[in-house]
This record gives sequence, structure tokens and C-alpha cells, in this order.
Amino acid sequence: MNIHEYQAKQLFKLYGIAVPDGLPAESPGHAEQVARELGGSAWAVKAQVHAGGRGKAGGVTIAKSYEDIAEFSRKILGTHLVTKQTGPEGLPVEMVFVEKTSQIDKEFYLSCLVDRGSERVIFIASSAGGMDIEEVAETSPDQIVTFEVSPAAGLQPYQCRNVAFAFGFKGDQLKKLEKIMSGMYTLLLEKDANQIEINPLVTTDTGDLLALDAKINFDDNALAAHADITAMRDAGQEDEKEHKAQQHGLNYITLDGTIGCMVNGAGLAMATMDLVKLKGGKPANFLDVGGGASTERVAEAFKLILSDKNVKAVLVNIFGGIVKCDIIAEGILAAVKEVGVNVPVVVRLEGTNAPAGRKILSESGLNLIAAEDLAVAAEQIVALAEGV
Amino acid sequence: MSILINKATKVICQGFTGKQGTFHSQQTLDYGTQLVGGVTPGRGGDTHLGLPVFDTVEQAVQITGAEASVIYVPPFYAADAILEAFDAGIKVIVCITEGIPVLHMLRVKAAMAGTDTVLIGPNCPGVITPGECKIGIMPGFIHQPGKVGIVSRSGTLTYEAVHQTTREGLGQSTCVGIGGDPIHGMNFIDVISRFQADDATHGIVMVGEIGGSEEEDAAEYIKAHVTKPVVGYIAGQTAPPGKRMGHAGAIVTGGKGTAAGKIAAMKAAGVDVVSSPTDIGVAMKKALG
Repeated sequence: MNIHEYQAKQLFKLYGIAVPDGLPAESPGHAEQVARELGGSAWAVKAQVHAGGRGKAGGVTIAKSYEDIAEFSRKILGTHLVTKQTGPEGLPVEMVFVEKTSQIDKEFYLSCLVDRGSERVIFIASSAGGMDIEEVAETSPDQIVTFEVSPAAGLQPYQCRNVAFAFGFKGDQLKKLEKIMSGMYTLLLEKDANQIEINPLVTTDTGDLLALDAKINFDDNALAAHADITAMRDAGQEDEKEHKAQQHGLNYITLDGTIGCMVNGAGLAMATMDLVKLKGGKPANFLDVGGGASTERVAEAFKLILSDKNVKAVLVNIFGGIVKCDIIAEGILAAVKEVGVNVPVVVRLEGTNAPAGRKILSESGLNLIAAEDLAVAAEQIVALAEGV
Repeated sequence: MSILINKATKVICQGFTGKQGTFHSQQTLDYGTQLVGGVTPGRGGDTHLGLPVFDTVEQAVQITGAEASVIYVPPFYAADAILEAFDAGIKVIVCITEGIPVLHMLRVKAAMAGTDTVLIGPNCPGVITPGECKIGIMPGFIHQPGKVGIVSRSGTLTYEAVHQTTREGLGQSTCVGIGGDPIHGMNFIDVISRFQADDATHGIVMVGEIGGSEEEDAAEYIKAHVTKPVVGYIAGQTAPPGKRMGHAGAIVTGGKGTAAGKIAAMKAAGVDVVSSPTDIGVAMKKALG
């Protein structure tokens, strides 16, 4: 789960990570008002969306007057901001974050994440701040410092000093960086974050260190243990269908094709999408109905697939292990009766109780095509989607 | 022969009296696995499915001599269950549970590092040596004793590979689902090296998916050490970058972990990578002549 910059910075404050003074606002008037509260003579006003690349997309401005703040807020609030990370529809801007500006000396990159390869929490630091870290890794890998943290010993001061020296820091900047890094590490552990990114981390003309931007991604599997983090969820930033699917215990991801897919198991769901593509079609979605699929869940899955107006045909691919094929067949019938399906549906059932499942479908009198062979089913669905 | 488990393997179940534990333990018993008891803290002394229930894994090991354990406890309790089994001297720990926080697994792996205890999973279907021992949630009837070793990150996609190798009359020596989580127990190399050393395994099927670099690492290993034919498949060729595809570990980030990269590495190592998941059985049949 992702959160907004202003929320990430609230957490940063709690963990002793220095950030500029700032406040969120929901309207132009409110933005002007929070700027007055903050004081100063220049402010950064930033559109709050769950995506990077806001600056280049026109989502950030430096305002020198209250009027500028109100004007920019009026222009951006209520619109969809399209950045290189959002896709063509963009994300809705419902909030701006107003921050006091500082005199920036230099910019750096700092992140802390759970690394699957080393099975450790690692830090990534670079003196090329403000840039896309993947790009820096490609073009100038020598500018990147990476190290692992021992789960038993935790983050050590010498590790932070190594980064500070690589950044060319002096004097009390060493201690300031150590405070920021230990704050990141503690935050990651205590709130089950997957990744915390500060890009850029800046030094100011007075020698202070500040996190100018803040991104945190949390482990979905751990959210149940963190009510405070879960409360930060902004469903408006997520795909509506994906969000709805989640509430029904389904894994759903919207794609841009025409063939709806309903599959049990994540691996088989991906393989089914690939197979559709291989046969010349385009999948409309990824959908894993999960291991313990009930009749209700299958019906919900069907509704979800059909709510996508691009869907011209639906391929159901079930390999029954725990889930029984006759239960799936009943779910399909219930869904078809309830929702009314006007696109062709090919159903491939294999595994536990597959013959019983196929029998239920073939005796239903509904326009469902039962297939035993997956390759054949994929070919059929591609032909049907093209025929509509 | 087979790897990891056989008909002599004594197994206990953690989370024995729960809904999942009960259902799958009954299936396991029906398959003929030597399930010798289970653990549910606070229920010690009870009998469940005709087998003894223990309060602790340590007691269960002392009394039954179990060397393998299968775990069906909820996600937030699974790390504790794995470490309890590890501490009690269980040699093969199979964790089925899906949805364990990644930091829990990070600590579990750190605690088990450098030991010879085998952890399979979490978020996996388990391990089966057909006709001898089934530990996990896979449907037993699709398997057939035979000569193909199967290792996979996915559950139902493993069943697909099993189904096809059974249909081709090849059967399976052992099938291992290593799980779909980013931090997990046995990896491809751990399993493939055992298949290479196992006389009963004539060919190896490796089913990977997007995310991480374990398939690439395995390809390096296969190139250097594996003489048996390997058929591979990678799921997620059409997955959009940055999206988590059901499995917590199935995500392409920053251009890393793509299907194309994995397929190229595996092909370079001499693996027969099929482009359709429906061609796994046929390709293996061809490789084994």
C-alpha cells in the first residue's frame, strides 16, 4: 500500500527525520490559510498523488505570494495529474501540500528497503539526488552506495558514517545523517514498510539536512497489525475495480485487452494471460479467485470482469485442487443468471470434481462452452473475442 | 528414490485441529502419508482424526519421532510455528500459510541460516513424492510415481505441470512448490541440485514467474552442474511493470525480474523454455525420448 507525501512526512516527524514545515490543504482558500500559518515568503505547493514524476508533469510549483498559492491550487485541485508513472488517465488531485522552502545546497538520494535477494534490510544511497535511481544505476553505478543491515545487530553508526563520507558531509552533518537513517530503519521495522525513499535529501545553506520528498510503500500482508497505517489508505488513488476486488478477497488487476480471465491461483492466472497473448488475443485483466473460492466469490469475480466494458469474451480456467470444480460451475451459473452475460464464455475445468463441474455447465442450457484442453480453450476464446 | 520425503517420513501437523489443518490432514492420511500426530497449543492430550494432539512440537517430536512438519497456522503466527519446529529439531518444515509479513520471514531466515534444516514455502502447495508421501494441499490423484522432478513457485501451475507429465505417462519423482513469497525457504537451486543427485529423477521441470532473480541464479547453476534435461516455463510475460500479480513476490520493479530476462538466462543455460504452459509435458516427453 502507498501513502501520500504529506502522510509519509507526518511519519518522518514521528521518527525524528527532519522535514520542511508543511501542511496539507483541500481547497485554494485552505491552502492560502495554511501558508499564512506556516509563515515565510516562499512555499512549495505540491499536488498529492500516489506517483513520482510530479515536478515534470506540472504538479509542483514554487509560490512567492498567497495569491500564487491559491491560483495554483485552483488550477490543480479536482484535476487528474498525468505523470510518467501514472498511465494515461492520471490520478485525481484532491489535496495539495504547502511547504516552506529552504535554500538548497546539494541534493542526494537515500532509501531503505527489504531486499529479497540478500534477505536483508538494505540501504541505497547516491550523491546523484533528485534523479530516478534506476537511471543512475544504469548510467553511473559508481555513484551508488549499497549496504546490508544485520537483522541481529541492527543499523550501526559506522554504516551511516560511511554514507556521510561518501556524500562529503562534515562536522555535525554526520550525526544528522545518522539520525535520519536510524529513523528510517526504525520506521521500516515498526510499521512493516517495504520501502522508504527520500529523493531528494538536501543540505541547506545553513548546513541542515532535510527530506524534501518522502515515499513509503507498506507490506500489504502486515497492514492488519497497523490500524494507523491502514487509516492512511486513499482508495481514490487506487483502481476502483482493484479496490473492490480486494474487499471480496480477489486479486484483480486491470489490463487493456478484450478477453476477461478468471483463474484460480496467481501463477496459473499469469500463465493464462500469457497463453491468450500467445494465441493472438489481449487479456483484459489478471484475476485470481484464490484457493478457497466459494460460489459467492466466483459470482463477484464474474461481475467484476463484466463491469469492464472492453471485455468481449471471458475465459474461465480452473485447476481444482482445494477448490472443487462443481462449486466453481455452480458459481458461474449463479453469476450468469444474476448478472446476465451477453458475451461468449469458455470454461476449462480440470482437477478435483472436473467431470461433475462440466456436467453442471453442459446441462445448464446457458451459452457456455466447456473445454477440457487449455490450449484449445485459449484458441476458442481468441476467435470468439475477434468475432464480436 | 526421491528427494526430501518418502514412505518412511513421519509427519506432524501444526495447526492440526483448525479447519485447514483438519481438512488437509484427512486428505494426507487418505493418501497414505505417515501422519503421526499434530500440535495445537492448549489441546495437548486430545485425540484428533485418531491421532494424538500435543501442546508443543518438542513433545510431538519426542513421542512420535517425527522429522517433518506441515504448518497451517494463520499468517501472524506462522513465523513462530516455523521457529518452534526448527528449534524442536524437525528436518523438513513445510509452511503452507499465505500472507506472512515479509519482515517475519526475514527474521526466520536469519535464525535458520547456516543450518541443514529444510524450509519449504511459505505460500506454497507443499511437497509430494507420488505414491509415498504427500505433505501439503495438492490434489493427490493427479500425480503418478515416475521420473520427472518438478519445482515451481506457483500452486495451480504446478498442478498443470503434474497433470501434463502424468498424461504423457512420465510421472513424477518428487514435486516441490517453493512458494510465491519474496523471502522463502528452499530456492530453485536447492531443489534442482537434489534432483540432479537423485537416481529416480530423469528430467527436471522448472516453473518460474516474474520477480526477483532466482530463475537467473538457477540458470547459472544448471549451466555448470546439471546434466539432466530441464524444461522450463516462466509465467507473467504479459504482466504490467510495478504491479503485484497475486503473489507477493511476483512483481517487476525497475526493469528487474522480467520474464524476458529469465527466459533468456534459462535458454542460455540449455533449458528448453516452452512459450505455452500447455507444452510442458510434451517437451519433457521429447527430452526423455
